[in-house]
Amino acid sequence: MSLFRNIVFTAVIAGLLSGLLLTVMQSFSTVPLILQAEVFENAAPEAGHSHDAAPAAGATASAAEHHHGDEAWAPADGFERFIYTAAADMLSAIGFALVLVAASEAFGGFKGWRGGLMFGIAGFLAVILAPGLGLPPELPGMPAAELGPRQIWWVSTAVCTAVGLGLLAYTRSAVFAALAIVLLIAPHLVGAPLPPSHETAVPMDPHARFVNAVYATNLVFWAVLGALAGVVREKFRAGEEASAGSPAKLASR
Amino acid sequence: MVTNSAATAVGISASKIIPLSMTALLGLFIVGFVGFSHLEVVHNAAHDTRHSLAFPCH
Repeated sequence: MSLFRNIVFTAVIAGLLSGLLLTVMQSFSTVPLILQAEVFENAAPEAGHSHDAAPAAGATASAAEHHHGDEAWAPADGFERFIYTAAADMLSAIGFALVLVAASEAFGGFKGWRGGLMFGIAGFLAVILAPGLGLPPELPGMPAAELGPRQIWWVSTAVCTAVGLGLLAYTRSAVFAALAIVLLIAPHLVGAPLPPSHETAVPMDPHARFVNAVYATNLVFWAVLGALAGVVREKFRAGEEASAGSPAKLASR
Repeated sequence: MVTNSAATAVGISASKIIPLSMTALLGLFIVGFVGFSHLEVVHNAAHDTRHSLAFPCH
């Protein structure tokens, strides 16, 4: 149990700090562009038409007004919205950190901030870059295929990329290397679900800047998350040696 | 040595498997809830985060 507790402590500390940094970076880069795009989205409701592709969205014209929707609560613009974004960022960061630390422990641990940084960059590749090749970061009001298939493709791509990177890093046989390459490429050969039309009221320029901002902020976020997790993990090892050493079975490494 | 399988190269001791998988599942649950939940309220609260992390949104 001490291993679980120590990993959770590590992930919470690394996640809170890197999530806070992410929120600060976003509030200067991505969030202003999201707000800007919402002006276009709300000005031209038909641009959000593809949202109606989801059968549950209903046939009413107001379905395009998905986020400040009449039917569901949403945080008020301004400070309240910022707080919820910050909370969601930090929660996501903690969640990512839990998976990252668990994965690293399965492969013998971070062994300091450098190892953490490597894991963080691998996380960026698996969670941001690889899914982003098929489903580029989107501003509100941009057309997209149905949500469910996109989420399935996104998750599958992230998992395939993570497993592929793990095989490349931790195995030495040609068979596994070949399997890794197949896993890295296959999702992109299958292809992400695409919308029937790419027409949108959102101009090209803010979208280009948004895509750049998403990749830049997330690269910094994942690098910091990994390195912090590597540092903090070293501080929380209480009770692990005792419980791992006392059983007759010795750990292989 | 060169042809180690993934499992032996990793060398997870049995006592670690349960806490590590619990940790990973907890993390996946949190990310899934914040980023992938179809609940309208959760979507609205985490809206800017979902866009900024390039999660599939809407």
